[in-house]
Amino acid sequence: MTDHTRQLIACHDCDLLQRDIQLNPGCYASCPRCGAVLYRNATDSVDRTLAYTLAAAMVFLGANVFPIFSIEVQGDRSAITLFGAVLSLWDQHMKSISLLVFLTAMVAPAVELISITYLLLPLKLGKVPPSYPLFMRVLQVLQPWGMVEVLMLGVLVSLVKLTNNFRVIPGMALWSFAVLTLLLAAAAASFNARDVWAQLDATWQGQAKP
Amino acid sequence: MTAPAPIAASRGLCSCHVCQLVSRRDQRAQVAHCPRCGARLHFRRPGSVQRCWALIIASYILYIPANALVMMETGSLISYRKDTIVSGVVHLWRTGSWMIAVIVFVASVAIPLLKLFSLTLLLISVQRRSTWSPRQRTRLYRLVEAVGRWSMLDIYVVTLLAALVQLGSMATVKAGPAAVAFGAVVVLTMFATMEFDPRLIWDPLQKEEFHD
Repeated sequence: MTDHTRQLIACHDCDLLQRDIQLNPGCYASCPRCGAVLYRNATDSVDRTLAYTLAAAMVFLGANVFPIFSIEVQGDRSAITLFGAVLSLWDQHMKSISLLVFLTAMVAPAVELISITYLLLPLKLGKVPPSYPLFMRVLQVLQPWGMVEVLMLGVLVSLVKLTNNFRVIPGMALWSFAVLTLLLAAAAASFNARDVWAQLDATWQGQAKP
Repeated sequence: MTAPAPIAASRGLCSCHVCQLVSRRDQRAQVAHCPRCGARLHFRRPGSVQRCWALIIASYILYIPANALVMMETGSLISYRKDTIVSGVVHLWRTGSWMIAVIVFVASVAIPLLKLFSLTLLLISVQRRSTWSPRQRTRLYRLVEAVGRWSMLDIYVVTLLAALVQLGSMATVKAGPAAVAFGAVVVLTMFATMEFDPRLIWDPLQKEEFHD
């Protein structure tokens, strides 16, 4: 590649115009003026992201189906799933909060996982999924709203608060959430929007020609 | 000062906010779209400062009921208490869970205040076209962006406890009206952070002004 054909990048934080350089695997380029991370060279970005995402999707199901924990008071036992908590809050006339928890802890991560799979699985097979700009946009917009790691901390705080007064029995979903937090972090770290755009572009052109 | 830095906007180039592709934008055309992904192109996020101010002022107002009203009511056979955010933290500290007290304090008191003050500072400095340490201010913006989501912690705790502890007359936990106000503060400040365009911090270093 000659210097002339190399792509221009504008820093998203300070608009400084630069030319991209080839990076070693695992390295990242940062803006010389404001220090923002411009792009990374994640190794096997598509493969790894897809693997973490598919694993996360399975764990996500477990995290939502099984109870997070249960408490026991004089033989009375009460267990709770995440969706159960959302429904219970809805019934307690806290509809806005219930909706907020539902969207940030369940819908946003689910849509994120579906979108990544929808984009990367066909790409892996050398195809371009229809209306891919829309799904890239969805991913970008949703990114700040998926809060599984915050939920995980919330679960731990609730656990400590409960142990003061009750006997608490941890459930399957508690462990699922812990694993999910790690898998989502790994998927986010290996996902590389820049690579995905480049590959989508290349695949699309390859499909259009023959 | 050395020669002005090469800024995309001053060369008529525009970076797509969806796919980051840099493309030339016709100044005369009213509306331009990214050739790769079709998103609307803007040199700067339109109405960024005004929208950000509106969201922040709304958050400041809601911050008052969020702290003054009851966040959580806990009742059992022997005791009944109504906790605001701060009294909940104090109660945790007194009962010996000081680690949890610190976590909840940081997430529900320190971070929302940090966000509101930081965004106010950024907006005022941008409006006055200040050239004071732009690198530090950009770093502050990135910090605000990164920590914002952790304020949701107390909302999750209240949700889980309120749903779990409903054992007839033995014990109850209820979410109070502050939860709604606090949730709104978290959401509004997150929108405010997204609405702010950090490139505005650097624009006063250039001679020209950029719009849209």
